[in-house]
Amino acid sequence: MSAFFRVAALVVRKDLTVEVRSLEVVSTTLFFAVTVVLIFAFGFVKEGVPMDGVAAAILWITVAFSGTLALGRTFERERQADTLRALMLAPADRPALYAGKLVGMLLLMALVELILVPLVGLLFQAPIFRAPLRLAGLLAAGTLGFAAIGTLFAAMLVRARSRDVLLPVLLYPMTVPVMIAGVRGTAALFQPQPDAGMAQFWFALLVFFDVVFVTLALWTFEPLMTD
Amino acid sequence: MSDFDTVSADGVGRHYGRRRALTNISFTARAGDIVGLLGHNGAGKSTLLSILGTLLAASTGVVRYGGLTSDAAGASLRARIGMLGHDLFLYPELSARENLVFFGRLYDMPEAARAADAALERAGLAARADDLVSSFSRGMRQRVALERALLHGPRLLLLDEPFTGLDQASAAALVGRLREEQARGVVTVLATHDLDVVDGLLNEVVFLQGGKRVAAPASAGTLRDRYREAMHAS
Repeated sequence: MSAFFRVAALVVRKDLTVEVRSLEVVSTTLFFAVTVVLIFAFGFVKEGVPMDGVAAAILWITVAFSGTLALGRTFERERQADTLRALMLAPADRPALYAGKLVGMLLLMALVELILVPLVGLLFQAPIFRAPLRLAGLLAAGTLGFAAIGTLFAAMLVRARSRDVLLPVLLYPMTVPVMIAGVRGTAALFQPQPDAGMAQFWFALLVFFDVVFVTLALWTFEPLMTD
Repeated sequence: MSDFDTVSADGVGRHYGRRRALTNISFTARAGDIVGLLGHNGAGKSTLLSILGTLLAASTGVVRYGGLTSDAAGASLRARIGMLGHDLFLYPELSARENLVFFGRLYDMPEAARAADAALERAGLAARADDLVSSFSRGMRQRVALERALLHGPRLLLLDEPFTGLDQASAAALVGRLREEQARGVVTVLATHDLDVVDGLLNEVVFLQGGKRVAAPASAGTLRDRYREAMHAS
């Protein structure tokens, strides 16, 4: 088990070193996320007043779109020098390699969300500090579910010619349940009378999806990558 | 640890849907053998290397590493395989030393940093060890990539176009390095188009055309002559 975590940590450290040096994925993802939120703000905020109940949906749409961009760019980097194959050739547990890539992706998306959430709160007057821990929990659980499947698909598609088209086509239908749970849970927190019970229900559902998706991805990563 | 001194492909094939990339390939390589995979682009050389490297599952047939198969041995078998791909398998944003240390640690080498320094010394790149790989010429990258493939002392070495981008002196140095590995008993399988460079180096040649092995000509000319004859005869 310690070998699993050692390999995953090596991959995370390597990914972070590469990203700190290039800032390529963080900068493009962040720029894209801020642009999306601003465009929505021009459409849904009239005379300083946002439309009712749109903040949660805009937050999760932006997480999904920017996450897809980050997944594509991260694995494009592994494709350019075929380094994903070098990782697969190492005598390490292949699920540990997947776990390392997943954690790297989660850290990246968390960084983007740190900027994204206050921006949505500011532009759409969403009460992000009303129940910060519940909101953080929903975001963490939803991001994990999205990234778990996204990392698996992005790794699978690394050598596919039409990977940029196939990734969203495969990813969005699979992660619709995560997005629905994320939006409904967040909306329950953002509404004028917050419904903690409803938010808790959607959070529990997200945790269930996370367990299913992460287990499925760890189980299928090796056969999918060698066939 | 899974060790072996022969590698044999027995009726190995690979298809993608209805397209056959490789059909019924068989050969055996023993300790110290250098096997050349020769053929035009798209002949199936890289596919065969990927199957030998356990990166791709064979659709038919089996590859045996001594008494082991890739399914049975898994990670411990991969620890005995080194591979240099056409795309070099290096992170351009990391320095040469960081690349080697990362892969050394991935292979669970206890002295990865020391091994990386020794490898860079061998490659004649000790002075550039902390430079990013992105700043290297193709030839320098190729030398680092070869050291990466050899870092963990593999028993089976798989090389895809190892002479690409190398000048004459570097190519000669690589041939010398392969002979050293040969003397250590390493089984080397390499795919190349640089026929003049590998003439006299190979113990066995597998000529591939359209994913199938074609018969080696009986004539005793240069490798280039035999290659032409094999490709035209089929």
